[in-house]
Amino acid sequence: MDRDRIERVSLRWLRRLVIAGFLLVTLLPFWYMLVLSVRPIERLLLDPGSLLVPAGELTAATYVEVLKATEDGGQGFLTFIRNSGLVALAATALTLVVAIPGAYAVSRLRFFGRRQVHALFLAVYLFPSIVIAIPLFVVFTRAGLRGSLVGLVLVYLSQTLPVSVYMLKNYFETIPVSLEESAAIDGAGRLGVIRRVSLPLAAPSVMAVALYDFMIAWNEFLFALLFLVDRPNRWTVSLGLSLLSDGVEVPKTVLMAGSVILTLPIVVLFFASERLLTEGLTSGAEKG
Amino acid sequence: MTTTAPEAGRSPTRERPRPGRRPLTLRRRESRAGLALVTPTLLVVVAVIGIPIVWTIVLAFQRVRLATLRKTGLFGELTLDNFDRVLHTPGFAGTLWTTLVYSVGGTAGSILVGLVAALVVRRPFRGRTVVRASMLLPYVAPVVAMTFVWQVMLDPQLGIVNDWGRRFLGWDTPIPFLSQDSTALWTVIAFEAWRYFPFAFLFLLARLQAVPGELEEAARVDGATPTQQFRHILLPQLMPVIALLGVLRFIMTFNKFDDVYLLTGGSAGTEVVSVRVYQFLTARTDIGAAAAQAVVLAVVLIVFVAIYLRFFARRGEP
Repeated sequence: MDRDRIERVSLRWLRRLVIAGFLLVTLLPFWYMLVLSVRPIERLLLDPGSLLVPAGELTAATYVEVLKATEDGGQGFLTFIRNSGLVALAATALTLVVAIPGAYAVSRLRFFGRRQVHALFLAVYLFPSIVIAIPLFVVFTRAGLRGSLVGLVLVYLSQTLPVSVYMLKNYFETIPVSLEESAAIDGAGRLGVIRRVSLPLAAPSVMAVALYDFMIAWNEFLFALLFLVDRPNRWTVSLGLSLLSDGVEVPKTVLMAGSVILTLPIVVLFFASERLLTEGLTSGAEKG
Repeated sequence: MTTTAPEAGRSPTRERPRPGRRPLTLRRRESRAGLALVTPTLLVVVAVIGIPIVWTIVLAFQRVRLATLRKTGLFGELTLDNFDRVLHTPGFAGTLWTTLVYSVGGTAGSILVGLVAALVVRRPFRGRTVVRASMLLPYVAPVVAMTFVWQVMLDPQLGIVNDWGRRFLGWDTPIPFLSQDSTALWTVIAFEAWRYFPFAFLFLLARLQAVPGELEEAARVDGATPTQQFRHILLPQLMPVIALLGVLRFIMTFNKFDDVYLLTGGSAGTEVVSVRVYQFLTARTDIGAAAAQAVVLAVVLIVFVAIYLRFFARRGEP
């Protein structure tokens, strides 16, 4: 056999092996999380190496405990879920309201400073969030916004805005200008054109951006920690999980149930948005 | 398409100009509409990001503590005390070094793993979509959940890694991966590579799929083996993307707070600069010093990126 044959055959096998390895390494932590969340802690201590739930161990008590309110002896994750949901939805809605006109302007209209907008976003995005956090911490402390979810929504809005504008702008640019012009000839004003023509055409991309914004806001940790740490009834799921896992009082299996609750919506949304993104891209290609 | 589209067709509005007033030209009307539509975006970015950045720099030169916050004016006396305090607090140089090792390690690790991942899923096979999607999971899942799972997996008592290590690999004692100096930093770097390789993977896969097939066919006809094709055809094509990823990931890792804070809290020799800023801010409630430390972080980052662009990025250009 020559070198080419040897390499081809061995690489073919290596490739299968590596793919299997990647699947194992990426999925194992998720599987482990799921398994631990349905095992009682006493059993886990006896047999920590099991990757399957041994017969008769399956329990949902961990989920009951983690979701129950603190007054009823639970960990209050229902409240956290409500907080996270509210903050993430509000931040997503606000981001879209602000980003859609902004992205349209940057993609379609010539105005003074249009080119600079880009550079500004990029520069701003590369600064560490801890740098921004200090003055916000000061301002929110003074304005009494610390411990309020409104302040957090405002911060998340600013965090997701640059990328949202960028993604929407790219999509608006693929919509033929002639469509907008014909709407304008039919008597639509500028906002009418955006609302009736550009937005419906960009719907898949708007959905994808919305999902992105929601995921960022749902996952965020640092600002939630800085602003909400003293107010347990305002904690988000991320913050609640991290603060409770610092202590030793709450069993790890109960916290694993909490972390399944934190992760599950994101994984579901991710698989939904992956399809959406590809659909959005291909439909754009057909029409453009 | 992107460059010609905005020039081709313009502004839809065509109302008659009101009498007695000079009509605005189409161009000016467009400019006004553009500014009006982009203003909310600009306001938010300037108010919540731009001003705070400038303000941090001002705070770094002021004497501000959380306790005296209400008495301090916006532009109080300027002083260099904060920098003095930051530079002379024990562990300053160590923190900087840790941050550098962590950033370089995390960047290199995630790009390398991402490159391997992109190479193996490059050509179609059954189940490819599922494999690709699951490879992205570590990146999209919430950081708090992922760090928690890693913590439990690596736990000396109830973690699966130590259990298997003792059962199958013959370890005598459990290894406290995240709490001993010799392993903590490397574990954090491994986490970084695991969590962020999908980012590099996405970029590299997109680039790989744009490499024209004729290039490799021609090389194959000329007798190049697969590894030679990779070395002489694919790698040069990928170099610009790898260089770009290097800058992006380095900046992001350098600024990172969540991962290290959640995994180790900055103990066992893993204190990076952003965790230190956080400690100044909350544990010592020394806002001035926190701001000074943050400014040091930003300045060091700018210097590193400038050096990188000067010496390395140029080589990657086609």
